[in-house]
Amino acid sequence: MAYSEKVLSHYETPRNVGSLDKDAKNVGTGIVGAPECGDVMKLQIQVDDSGKIVDAKFKTFGCGSAIASSSLATEWIKGRTLDEAMAIKNTEIVQELSLPPVKIHCSVLAEDAIKSAIHDYQEKNGLAHDHADETEHTKA
Amino acid sequence: MALKLPIYMDHNATTPVDPRVLEAMLPYFTEKFGNAASRNHPFGWEAEDGVKLARKQVGDLIGADPKEVIWTSGSTESNNLAIKGVADMYKDKGRHIITAIHEHKATLDPCKRLAKMGYDITWLEPREDGLIYADQVAEAIREDTILVTIMWANNELGTINELPEIGKVCKEKGVLLHTDATQAVGKIPVDVNSAGVDLLSGSAHKIYGPKGAGFLYVRRRKPRVRLTPIIDGGGHERGMRSGTLNVTGIIGLGKACELCRLEMAEESARLSKLRDKLDQGITSQLEHAVINGHPDRRIPQTTNISFPYVEGESMMMAIKEIAVSSGSACTSASLEPSYVLKALGLGDEIAHSSIRFGLGRFTTEEEVDYTIDKVVTAVKKLLELSPLYEMVLEGIDINAIEWGAH
Ligand SMILES: Cc1ncc(COP(=O)(O)O)c(C=O)c1O
Repeated sequence: MAYSEKVLSHYETPRNVGSLDKDAKNVGTGIVGAPECGDVMKLQIQVDDSGKIVDAKFKTFGCGSAIASSSLATEWIKGRTLDEAMAIKNTEIVQELSLPPVKIHCSVLAEDAIKSAIHDYQEKNGLAHDHADETEHTKA
Repeated sequence: MALKLPIYMDHNATTPVDPRVLEAMLPYFTEKFGNAASRNHPFGWEAEDGVKLARKQVGDLIGADPKEVIWTSGSTESNNLAIKGVADMYKDKGRHIITAIHEHKATLDPCKRLAKMGYDITWLEPREDGLIYADQVAEAIREDTILVTIMWANNELGTINELPEIGKVCKEKGVLLHTDATQAVGKIPVDVNSAGVDLLSGSAHKIYGPKGAGFLYVRRRKPRVRLTPIIDGGGHERGMRSGTLNVTGIIGLGKACELCRLEMAEESARLSKLRDKLDQGITSQLEHAVINGHPDRRIPQTTNISFPYVEGESMMMAIKEIAVSSGSACTSASLEPSYVLKALGLGDEIAHSSIRFGLGRFTTEEEVDYTIDKVVTAVKKLLELSPLYEMVLEGIDINAIEWGAH
């Protein structure tokens, strides 16, 4: 399978690989996917008092496109507010990385990972979150 | 000498034609182009002489009489002819056939077709080491069993099934034994008589011969095996396989067999040393890497290694300078773990990230060193990236986690 330049770049030098302290109150952790399906993503965010994401880290078990999708996701959410990060759509990831149709699920997983990390943070901090944000994924 | 990339480490899939084989073939494309069935002029005689020599070269490699060699287009055809041919010829004797779940598709699919036609197939499961043992075969044989078809060496694992013991069991019970020896012929000693084999498939392109040429050994004595042909026509090959002979391919197959016979001892010693170095180099540096299948009962050129907590496709991407075969076919969005590895009881997540390394005649030590280095670096990088590995390091049992459906 031929990969796009951008997928290759993220795959060869993934951004923000690593882990944050999952027990810290200002850290939200999202783990999505399943080993049988060939993808598991862990995405973590560190949020400051103003509700801005100041750091993000990921680890991914998956194909090059899955690794690139999660790497890109961490890049995009850093510096954004929770609401802004929540608004990121998988289709934007598909576009940015030129993912072929068979790899769209990687972008879906990355979007899920962002949302899951934000929910975890909100839950930890007793912040109500708006379930309406969990929109259906649009297929690119 | 500078290393040339990419490196070919997939010799179980196919091999380059040995220059000496090519040289033997060339005249038969041009000056010696005759039809081996043309009995009344020198063009035909010349071609027939070449074919006759090739029959002897194949026979010599597997301990068979040249007359027992039937030319085919390759092992897929040989397996089809053996299995369907025996099934039809002996259908009044019985309709039970024994095979194994981790055979090549060229055996599985003919058996599945026969099952649809009303034959009864017993599918043996390999033990954890990947082998089928004679006692399993003995237990499965019934009154109405007409054929046992068990491969000599497995194409994904390189493991060698329990031959000649399986042959002995079949002889005792008077059941015909076919073996798909595509991965064994030319690599390890194969002798149809001491192994008690009645039909044996082989293919030229796995042993440095051309693609599209193969053979089926069909025993002529004790017992005389009869087959219903699947290709009817001019009655070539004792009526078992009609069609003008692929003379160039046959000449190449014969020469390839001769070279294998003459060089096997030396070549297998060299390659098993390199293969062991590869195994060692990888497993000593990666504590979770495991070799699949029996560690010793293997053809010397092949190893199959799993890299747990690392995903297969990303692994292939990380070592893209090395041509290998992965344990899964990633033709679609979801990886299909290999049925051979699953037959060993490997979990999906491990079967997903298994790689078959197939060394060959022209593999150098330098290439093996490079491969070790690349693989170790790639796996270390991917482990660093793997959330599963992190969990394992934290002492979490990843099999106990309820993963979201997806
Ligand atoms: C064990 C085994 N059987 C059969 C085949 C098919 O052989 P051929 O390509 O000659 O049809 C192969 C090769 O893929 C093989 O490895």
